[in-house]
Amino acid sequence: MYVAVKGGEAAILATHDLIAEERRGDPSIPELSVAQIREQMALSVARVMNEGSLYDRDLGALALKQAQGDVIEAAFLMRAYRTTLPRFGSSVPLDTAAMAIRRRISATYKDLPGGQVLGPTYDYTHRLFDFALMADLGSEPEAQVAVSPLDNTMPRVPDILGDEGLMEAESPPADDPRPFDLTRDPIEFPADRDVRLQTMARGDEGFLLGLAYSVQRGFGSNHPFAGEIRLGEVSVDFIPEELGFAIDLGDVTLTECQMVNQFQGGKDIPPQFTRGYGLAFGHSERKAMSMAIIDRSLKARSFGEAAEYPAQQEEFVLYHCDNVEAAGFVEHLKLPHYVDFQGELELLRKIRREQEERAAQAAQLEAAE
Amino acid sequence: MTVNPHTESKTPRQHWMSVLARASLKDLEQAIASLGPMPAYDVMKPAETGTIMLEGRAGGAGRRFNIGEATMTRCVVRLKDGTMGFSYALGRDKRKAQLAALLDGMLQLPTHAAILHNSVIGPLAEQQASKKIDVSRKAAATKVDFFTLVRGDG
Repeated sequence: MYVAVKGGEAAILATHDLIAEERRGDPSIPELSVAQIREQMALSVARVMNEGSLYDRDLGALALKQAQGDVIEAAFLMRAYRTTLPRFGSSVPLDTAAMAIRRRISATYKDLPGGQVLGPTYDYTHRLFDFALMADLGSEPEAQVAVSPLDNTMPRVPDILGDEGLMEAESPPADDPRPFDLTRDPIEFPADRDVRLQTMARGDEGFLLGLAYSVQRGFGSNHPFAGEIRLGEVSVDFIPEELGFAIDLGDVTLTECQMVNQFQGGKDIPPQFTRGYGLAFGHSERKAMSMAIIDRSLKARSFGEAAEYPAQQEEFVLYHCDNVEAAGFVEHLKLPHYVDFQGELELLRKIRREQEERAAQAAQLEAAE
Repeated sequence: MTVNPHTESKTPRQHWMSVLARASLKDLEQAIASLGPMPAYDVMKPAETGTIMLEGRAGGAGRRFNIGEATMTRCVVRLKDGTMGFSYALGRDKRKAQLAALLDGMLQLPTHAAILHNSVIGPLAEQQASKKIDVSRKAAATKVDFFTLVRGDG
């Protein structure tokens, strides 16, 4: 427990000024603009939008600037800003099959309709420093341009397997219910898939990555294949009540990962591959892949698997993957706990005093004998 | 159940609203500057920024879930003759929202529709489509051609 304490206002104001100066850094170096961060630190911006649970590239960039690049602090700013805005409604579910693809790879099929499109990736770079980026380059980099664009739409890889009946079916429940919204209602356990996916979508990339890694290393019994990863733009449709027809609001960039996992079957279902699904704002492959692995491991209950490991235990995963909440609780320890601590200190002194008294009495008794 | 906008083809109004939503403020300011005097209008609902919850589907086609929110801005105007113009777009640009609502109203007027289609919606749509194709052609340059690797005794 911490208590409100008065005083320190002047110190707090001074620290605001100091952090502003620190944030600016050496004033002889030109200041970063938000547009520069948005354009040139796009992967950080994507992470902030994911963990801040708000898609707005300008605000993601502003949050990073204001937080000196601290991603969790930036996500916190996004979450706080979100609460000041009215909610106009929900989109029509986004159709990732209609994505304007910029990258699409499969580790399960070499040849697939639409092909393997590497897109922008660091996967095939040598991870050697490019010192040219330190110098002022006179010329702008230029991408190659193919004669023809990609196919308009490409089938999702698990759907190819699904057509053969070899993949766990994925269809909406009867009546296609509105999804749970954790910004409105508290999570309850056991948690349904919509709860799990929303929680992970805003979850910490590092936490989910570590858990996904634990699954791969044997702390959870999955053997995932990256069935498909796709990156691109998806249009957002919204049906305003006052118009009653769908309005296209523009595009968002999404990364989608479909993990194909080892088979499961049952009395009525022949053995088939099982699915894990990850979806993230911006170009966020590591996040989408980690989410997809954990999505599958959290299906342990429905597949009758023993949930022996952290990545299979939904309470553990869902309660701990939110870095804004986690940081809040860990970092609240910085706030004054003076009264609590005084209580502990008093108790410790009392225990010590009693112990010393008992020891002194015992010594007296011993001397008397 | 609502219609699936992904499979339904767009009405003319849905098309122009989509083009306006994807346009930049600069695009719309330039368009309006080129049009000469604009009709008088009242702002019914001033441009307002809020959020929209983006929904996805598990596995792409399964159960709906909430991915996270996005910022969006909307505006409603009324032209002198009572025609209402609406705009909705991702982002927080209020000035753009008002111009887009005005253009949506004007596009519904038989007196203005033709010129607006020719000088604003048509060119913007073309520009947006060609940008999309350019992006796709750059991605296509990174398409793996396995065929050449296995050519021969494969």
